[in-house]
Amino acid sequence: MTTENKSLMTPVNIITGIILAIGVVITVLRFTKGLGAVTNLDQNNAWGIWIGFDLLCGVALAAGGYTTSSACYLFGMKKYHSAVRPAILTAFLGYALVVFALHYDVGRPYRLVYPIFLQPGTTSLLYEVGLCVFLYVTVLAIEFSPAALEWLGMKKLRNTVHKLTLALTVFGVILSTLHQSSLGALYIAVPSKLHPLWYSPYLAVLFFVSSIPAGLSMVIFEGTLAHKPWHHMMDKTHLDEHEGVILGFARGASIALAAYFCVKLVAVAYDDNWAYLATGWGAWWLFEVLGFVALPSLLYAIGSREKNIKLIKWTAALTVFGIILNRFNVSMVAFNWQLPASQRYFPSLTEIMLSIFVVTVGVTVYRFIVSRMPIFFEHPEYKDAH
Amino acid sequence: MKRRQFLGLLGAAGITATLGTTAQAAGGKTFDGYPDAKGVLFDATRCIGCRKCEAGCNKVNKLPAPPKPFEDLTVLDRERRTDEKTYTVVNKYQGKNGPLFRKIQCNHCMEPACASVCFVRAFTKNPDGSVTYDASVCVGCRYCMVACPFNIPAYEYNDPLTPRVMKCTMCHDQIKKGEIDAPGCVGACPKEALTYGRREDLLEVARERMRKNPGRYVKHIYGEKEMGGTNWLYLAGQDGFGALGMREDLGTKSVPELSAGPLSVVPMVAALWPALLGGVWAMNKRKEKVAEEETKAAVKAAKAATKAEADAKLAKAMEGAERDKAQAIEREVKRALEEAAAAAKGDDAGKDGEGA
Repeated sequence: MTTENKSLMTPVNIITGIILAIGVVITVLRFTKGLGAVTNLDQNNAWGIWIGFDLLCGVALAAGGYTTSSACYLFGMKKYHSAVRPAILTAFLGYALVVFALHYDVGRPYRLVYPIFLQPGTTSLLYEVGLCVFLYVTVLAIEFSPAALEWLGMKKLRNTVHKLTLALTVFGVILSTLHQSSLGALYIAVPSKLHPLWYSPYLAVLFFVSSIPAGLSMVIFEGTLAHKPWHHMMDKTHLDEHEGVILGFARGASIALAAYFCVKLVAVAYDDNWAYLATGWGAWWLFEVLGFVALPSLLYAIGSREKNIKLIKWTAALTVFGIILNRFNVSMVAFNWQLPASQRYFPSLTEIMLSIFVVTVGVTVYRFIVSRMPIFFEHPEYKDAH
Repeated sequence: MKRRQFLGLLGAAGITATLGTTAQAAGGKTFDGYPDAKGVLFDATRCIGCRKCEAGCNKVNKLPAPPKPFEDLTVLDRERRTDEKTYTVVNKYQGKNGPLFRKIQCNHCMEPACASVCFVRAFTKNPDGSVTYDASVCVGCRYCMVACPFNIPAYEYNDPLTPRVMKCTMCHDQIKKGEIDAPGCVGACPKEALTYGRREDLLEVARERMRKNPGRYVKHIYGEKEMGGTNWLYLAGQDGFGALGMREDLGTKSVPELSAGPLSVVPMVAALWPALLGGVWAMNKRKEKVAEEETKAAVKAAKAATKAEADAKLAKAMEGAERDKAQAIEREVKRALEEAAAAAKGDDAGKDGEGA
């Protein structure tokens, strides 16, 4: 018992504890003093980082779930099988956290089910997002459940759920296509508020296409982070396939980023917004598109060609950062661009802390699960059961 | 927006079947707004910035008293917007010939952005032209505030658990109850800068004023077409609407029209993806099966070939062995015969010696 207590007092655990404690304080403030007390939101800026980061980035970066599972189960790339469970777990936690974070952002979280069960606003793209996220969290929970059931030793139920794999994968891709794109389409309503370089009738396509490299890069990125601390949990198959997964996903992400780059150009061309490229906003747009779309596409290509795992890992981080930058640009930086600087939004410290808190909750739950459940290894009783 | 398109949106989300009555109207008819919808015409050339409309609105809607009284005109020195305690404000701008004033409030869009983006249908476009809000279903996502091109809806950010979206209702409830016969602001205006009436009539009134007073107005009725048209209409003097801080780049497309495209894709994805993805899966499955069968066949063929080869070798070896054996026998027989012959010869020689 004493040794266990001692081992819990690691630096990582202490930092986690501090962040969680701060989160609890902000939670109390949010639900006693209101959004006004903890956020910099105002009448002109109704959505801040809890939407821009927690929702938009959270969903985009959880795209590893549908990309990995469809590669393995639908597109026949069986050699990525060992990457599916970690990806599904990350996606499940990602979406669960999106829903969790929304409880802070919406004014009346206890009514979050109203749009689905009480009075659906079917003309709203947000309804579409809400319904899909609600269904997809459920799908991911079921997709993830075999790992938990194997851990709990519930063999019968696990085998029943396992039979649903194909149907769940197809359903998951449908739902992901819909809500990934609809998150972008939310902003189709605001041509007068979003800068023309980011506003486009193709916002839905842009968000969907960019979610693919986002998801693939997250799988690489997260695999890199997990590799060291949980090396002892990984079985031979996982370790053997690890490099193949990285190389394969790098190739996929390179192509997806190239496609995304093309869609970005088409979006500017469609509305003939080239002239804006000569402005300060244009420089910022070029920074995003050349630095975080074109460049990683090239680096991924080089990395996979030369089997440079280190380069690929750094490129994954670059891509993830680029997707976050894009979502920030659409939801905050280029949003309300015409308002004077004094009326623009910048997140408060408590808003940022709460977002860090949400991510920390996710990482903590992830650590708990991968240390116990068969995520990086196949449960001995279910080997070759796939 | 045409009613047909609007229904397209509803149908896109798959609920047309449940709306029997409206589904009938999809037969090529158009919907250009409720015929008797009311509106207000604001004439900027008449407004003197007295803030009486603000006071009137505050009273009729029983809103909290402002920090500075409505008589204090220094408030106008700073540009303001509506907030959770103020449904309408007047702002002062500098024109070529002295100050200009403009009143801000909800414009009561013909196809309201707030109503179309609300995922619980908390907003209603009423037959009297007003756009009203139902706090009893509101989740507080604030998409209405994001979507409103005029930045009108305001939020009670300081209410921790029951915050509401607050905005002008064109005094819908009060007029319906018969408490007043025109919105609070209109009734309070001492200069008739605000006129309440049927939107159709107000457009006529506006055109009449432009005709009768050449050179007084810019030739545009703001709100006739902006964002699909609004029930609140504006006339401006020669300084134009830009000088009154009004966006002139909003375009004429309403938000429901803008989002019709992406919404229409939703059912298509749901309809086509299963076949597409299932198809890809089936093709891969088949490829695997064919590959497996080919492997099996190849193994079988290889096995057969090996066997045949082995048999041939064996046969050859056997043949060789047979031949060797035959030769050996032959050799043995020959030798035996030779030996026998040699022995016979010896016997004969012995016999010969004895006989001599």
